[in-house]
Amino acid sequence: MIRLTAITRTFHMGDQAVYALNDINLHIASGEYVSIMGPSGSGKSTLLNIIGLLDKPDGGSYEMDNRLITDLSETEQAQIRREKIGFVFQSFHLVPRLTAAENIELPLILSGMPSAQRQSLVNDALQAFELKERAHHRPAELSGGQRQRVAIARATIMHPSVILADEPTGNLDHQIGAEVMLLLENLHHTGTTLIVVTHDRELGLRAHRQIGMRDGKILTDQTDDAH
Amino acid sequence: MTLTDTLQTSFKTVVSYRVRSLLIILAMALGVAAVVVLTALGDGARNYVINQFSSIGTNLLVVLPGRAETSGSFLGAVLGQTPRDLTLKDAQLLGRLPQVRRYAPLNVGAAELSAANRLREVTVLGSTANLIPIRHMKLAQGSFLAHGTERNAQIVLGAKIANEFFPRSQAIGQRVRLGDNRFLVSGVLASQGESMGFNTDEIVIIPIDYAQALFNTTSLFRILIEAKSHSEIESAKQAILATMRQSHDGEDDTTVITQDAILATFDRVLQALTLAVAGIAAISLIVAGILVMNVMLVSVNQRTAEIGLLKAIGATSTDIRRLFFAEAVWLSLAGAILGFLLGQFGSLMLRLAYPQLPAWAPAWASIAGILVALITGILASLLPASQAARLDAVKALGKK
Repeated sequence: MIRLTAITRTFHMGDQAVYALNDINLHIASGEYVSIMGPSGSGKSTLLNIIGLLDKPDGGSYEMDNRLITDLSETEQAQIRREKIGFVFQSFHLVPRLTAAENIELPLILSGMPSAQRQSLVNDALQAFELKERAHHRPAELSGGQRQRVAIARATIMHPSVILADEPTGNLDHQIGAEVMLLLENLHHTGTTLIVVTHDRELGLRAHRQIGMRDGKILTDQTDDAH
Repeated sequence: MTLTDTLQTSFKTVVSYRVRSLLIILAMALGVAAVVVLTALGDGARNYVINQFSSIGTNLLVVLPGRAETSGSFLGAVLGQTPRDLTLKDAQLLGRLPQVRRYAPLNVGAAELSAANRLREVTVLGSTANLIPIRHMKLAQGSFLAHGTERNAQIVLGAKIANEFFPRSQAIGQRVRLGDNRFLVSGVLASQGESMGFNTDEIVIIPIDYAQALFNTTSLFRILIEAKSHSEIESAKQAILATMRQSHDGEDDTTVITQDAILATFDRVLQALTLAVAGIAAISLIVAGILVMNVMLVSVNQRTAEIGLLKAIGATSTDIRRLFFAEAVWLSLAGAILGFLLGQFGSLMLRLAYPQLPAWAPAWASIAGILVALITGILASLLPASQAARLDAVKALGKK
C-alpha cells in the first residue's frame, strides 16, 4: 500500500520556484495496476521518483505498507528500494560492460546474498524471461526487446511488491512494446503493484486505474470498472 | 553488499577498463620501481664502501702523527714545536699493549724497480711480516720475513709487478734492484685488485728498516694496529693515546683513527643519500596518485548513469564509496606489485652490469615503496569515491 499526503516538490530555476508536484494526495492499494499519464513537465516522472524513493519531497508525507518512510535514513530507504521496489526505465539502464546475467544479478549482490543462491535465482530469471541463450551477452549484443527483458528480470529478481515503470516501451517498436507490457502485466497478475508512467494513451488505458497529471497536480483519477 | 562482492565487483570493473587501468598501474609501477632501483643503487654503494673498508682489515686502528682535534692551548705550538714523528720505538711500545693482537709500522714511498732489463716506478710499502695479515693481504707464492730471515733484504712483489718483470719465469728467488739496493724476491702477492683506491697488484713490500734507509727517514708514516676483539677497539684507542702521550712527554700529538669511526661516517653519508634518492622517487608516487585521482574523477563522470542505476536498485552511498575505494586498492596493489617486480628486475640488471656493486634494494625501501603506492592510491580515491557517493540518483539516471 502506498499513501502520499500533501506531497510537494519544488525545483528552483534561477530565482524562480517551479512546482513539479503540488499538494499531491494519492493512495494506491497493494496489487493495483496504475498508469500515470500527462504531458511533458506535468510531474509524472517526479511523482514516480518520489514513490521510488529516488527523490525526496519538500513537504508532505509518504507511507508504504502503513510505515512512514519520508524521514527514513538514506540506508533505510536504500533497503526499501532494494527489497520492495523494482524499476524499469525507458532507456533500460543496463551496465554496458556486464553480461545479461551479471546485470540481472546486481540487486542480489547489493543485498549480500551468497553467490550460489544468486546463481540459482539468476538462472530461474533467465529461464522465465527467455534469456537463457543470451545470458553471457553484453547489452550491446542484445536487441531492444531483450534489453528491456533483462531490465525487467533485474527489477523483479528480488520479488518486489511494487514495480515502477517509466515509459517502459518508449524505446521499443509497437510489437516488442506490447510483449514487454504483457510481461509486466503478468507480474501484476502475481500480485505485484504495477505503476506505469507513460505518454502513450493506449498504453495507459491498459491499466486498471488511470491518473492524469498536469502542472504538478493530479487532474483525473479513474478506475476502470471492467477490471 | 559483502566485502567479497565489493572486491569482486570492483575487480571486474578494473579489468573491463583495460587501457585506463593499465595506464594507472604503469604510473604506480614506475614510481615503486624508481624507489626500489634507486634505493638498491644507494644501498649498493653503501655496502660497496663498507666492503672496501672491511677488506683492509678487521678491528683496525691507524695511528698517525699530529692532532686531528682543535685544542684550546698547546704549549708546544706556542714554542714553535711541531708534532713529534712516530718511530719504531713507538710502534714497539704500542705492540705491548694488552688490547693489541698485532701491529705493523708502515712507511710509504715511491722508488724505481729494475730487473731483467725492465724498469718502472712502484709504490713501496715498508713494514713487518704482520702487515700481510693485518691488511688482509694474501701471498700467492713465497713468504715475507719468514722466521730466521728477518734481517734479509727481501721483497714481496704485487701480482701485476711480478707478471710484468718475470712473465715467463718464477719470480721467487730472483734478484731485483729497488733504488740503490738489491733485494731478493721472497714472495708474490695474490691478485686482489683495487681496494680503497689502492691497487695492491702494483705495490712492493720491503722490510721497514730497508724502507727507512731507502727513504732516508727514521719516522713512520702510520702504525697499523689490530685490536684483539671488536669490543676492545675503544679501550685500545684510549690505551694507545695514553701510551703516546707518555712517550711524547705528555703531549697529545697523535691521532688514532678507528675503522669503525670511518665506516660510521661513510654509513651516515650514504644512508642519507639513499634516503634522499628514495624521497625523490617517492615524489613520482605522489604524481601517480594524482593521476589516479584524475582518472577516477573522469571515471565517475563517465559512469554517472551507472552510479544512478546502482542507487535505484538499492545501493547505499557507502556501497558506492566502497566500490570506488576498492577499485583504487586493486589499481594501487597491482601497480605496487608490478613496480616491485620491475624494481627487482632493474636491481638485477644493475648487479649484472656492475658485479662489484651489491645493488640489492633494502627491505624497508621495498615495503615503503609498496605502502606509499597503496596509501597514495587510496588517498587519491577518497575524493572521487566521495563525489560518486554524493551523486543525486535522479540526476545521475538522467545523464546519458
